[in-house]
Amino acid sequence: MAGDAPFVDQFSAAAPLPALRAGGLARYRAAGLPGPAIEAWKYTSLDALTKLGLLPAGGAPTTLEALPEAALLAVDGYRAVFVNGRFVPAFSALDGLPKGAVVESLAAHIARDPAAAEAALAGADDGTPLVALNTAFLTDGLVLTVDRGVVLDKPLHLVSIGRPPDGQGVAFHPRHLIRLAPDAVATVVESHAGVGGAGYFANTVADIRVEDGATLRHYVLQNQAAEAFHVAAVRLALAARASYEGFVLHIGARLARHELAATIAGDGVDCRMNGLYLVAGSQHVDNTTFIDHAQPGSRSRQLFKGVLDDSGRGVFQGRVLVRPHAQKTDAHQLSRALLLSRKAEMDGKPELEIYADDVRCSHGATIGSLDQEPMFYLMSRGIDPATAYRMLVEAFAVEALDEISVAAIRDAFATHAQAWLATRRAGGGA
Amino acid sequence: MALLEIKNLHVAVDDREILKGIDLTLDAGEVHAIMGPNGSGKSTLSYVLAGREGYAITAGTIRFQGKDLLAMAPDERARKGVFLAFQYPVEIPGVAGMTFLKTALNALRKERGAGELDAMQFLKFVRAQAKRLEIGDEMLKRALNVGFSGGEKKRNEVLQMAVLEPILAVLDETDSGLDIDALKIVADGVNALRSPERAMLLITHYQRLLDYIVPDRVHVLAHGRIAKSGGKELALELERKGYGEFLGEAA
Ligand SMILES: Nc1ncnc2c1ncn2[C@@H]1O[C@H](COP(=O)(O)OP(=O)(O)OP(=O)(O)O)[C@@H](O)[C@H]1O
Ligand SMILES: [Mg+2]
Repeated sequence: MAGDAPFVDQFSAAAPLPALRAGGLARYRAAGLPGPAIEAWKYTSLDALTKLGLLPAGGAPTTLEALPEAALLAVDGYRAVFVNGRFVPAFSALDGLPKGAVVESLAAHIARDPAAAEAALAGADDGTPLVALNTAFLTDGLVLTVDRGVVLDKPLHLVSIGRPPDGQGVAFHPRHLIRLAPDAVATVVESHAGVGGAGYFANTVADIRVEDGATLRHYVLQNQAAEAFHVAAVRLALAARASYEGFVLHIGARLARHELAATIAGDGVDCRMNGLYLVAGSQHVDNTTFIDHAQPGSRSRQLFKGVLDDSGRGVFQGRVLVRPHAQKTDAHQLSRALLLSRKAEMDGKPELEIYADDVRCSHGATIGSLDQEPMFYLMSRGIDPATAYRMLVEAFAVEALDEISVAAIRDAFATHAQAWLATRRAGGGA
Repeated sequence: MALLEIKNLHVAVDDREILKGIDLTLDAGEVHAIMGPNGSGKSTLSYVLAGREGYAITAGTIRFQGKDLLAMAPDERARKGVFLAFQYPVEIPGVAGMTFLKTALNALRKERGAGELDAMQFLKFVRAQAKRLEIGDEMLKRALNVGFSGGEKKRNEVLQMAVLEPILAVLDETDSGLDIDALKIVADGVNALRSPERAMLLITHYQRLLDYIVPDRVHVLAHGRIAKSGGKELALELERKGYGEFLGEAA
């Protein structure tokens, strides 16, 4: 079976870093495409992916006429654009970066210094099947390095566009490296979208290290094309007093999974990972997080909210591990799903594994439909049911977006969320 | 034509009859008070007027301005001028109070053939009304009723009433939970809205409110029926004697 795993036959030993990639291929091959047989993929199946007949991205276009609206954010910042996983300088805007902040494409980095690149890339691959697959095919991505104490003055907007060649599916495996030296500060916003009607598979890995006292704000807009499969794995290492604020807004894709694995390797860390997923039609959206409190005295916060209409399916798997000597850990996790249709479905489970005794940990999960009481209150003031319905659904969603601390990005994400909400109708999916 | 005409109204919740034949008529310009023991059906009557789900009308009619009120959806009733100040206003996180009120006001203005107010006109209008009720900007900025004290919620209901200018206002225990000063402020707010075109139904447990808002009629609701009606002096009598004489008559 393992030998039959999709993509294996597309492996090219001729491309750069063959040894590193062959290692990834071997690990992927041993595991195969993940599926319900393994615990971490209990609720999400990639079966439909294998039916797409995806080509490797090698021959696919790396140009664009224009950036699709789905990827746009009204945010002033630097921009790095990737098409089918390849860096496109023509659409990027990286002039004027402050001294000590460097943006480079991974392909350029590998070409410039293959040994350094190989060393830098080795860390993130934890052997999970899709990260291993990403390693096997890694070609390009974003490398952001911010030196000690340097503040990236504007957000860096990483745009990733899937563009399948006429009628053909394509698979690409971007690998991003983000390195914040001690006391550095940066904001990175990703937007993922697609052009063209065919399916594609974006299998992204973001390998992030935030050193002592550094701050990273990391926002992701997943607004992929309707036929897309989107899997993004964030591998995050947080040193003492580091701060990470993550947010993912899911709107698009046929199947999407945002997977965060964070290791808290020092005290005084503040790790926040929040999200909002808006799911309709027969979409499937999975948020999976793993926060490893490996050191005492740190804090983690998670809020994931989902609005599920039609036959949409949502998954939230949140695992928090507090290791034996991680005393004074303060971890909180909340998952709330709003079902707008009887056919919508939500699965998942919180998993708190606590081996220290002096900790504050809590979790909560709610799944429900819209309350009648607020609905009546709004209507009793003359607001028609369709408007009242939209106001209440939006109110539910806004609470998650409020977690985004950068106002311009919060507003830009809200604009995309509102466009989705405007398409909802009372009783539409029931 | 009476503004509101309730005839032989029977209402059941989960097969249990709560209102057992209410007859009540309000003319434009009138203020009626409804008093009565806990659980006698006062809030039920107010909800039925506003159109809340879950109440089975097993007999009777309600006509508002000559039209069949029971045939209208809650939002339609509100746009036609029916307003209920809730006994327990609900908190709605994520819905800004001002956005809510603007949406409601513009829905009503549209119905009345008036143009929508723009953001500036609206703000000016609401601020003026809020000032009379001593509601500060900070409270206006918050999400709808979220984190409001009991008294603040009641004041906010009266603010909504002042902004929406209903034709029939039903106030369900708007005085409960108000301190003495707030009671006076709210009563002044309500009195300012008294007009020859408007009728009000005040549900209250306390005669004190009726010192400020003097009613034309007082009704005692007990066991789902109007057990007694009279002038404003009936409230004083109830204050002295309690509901003893009405409680005997079991359901
Ligand atoms: N949704 C409901 N389900 C079950 N019983 C109900 C419901 N609504 C009202 N009732 C019952 O109907 C009766 C009348 O209730 P209502 O709230 O109208 O009383 P009230 O006169 O407003 O009382 P109070 O003075 O305490 O506010 C009570 O016995 C109450 O328990
Ligand atoms: Mg009541």
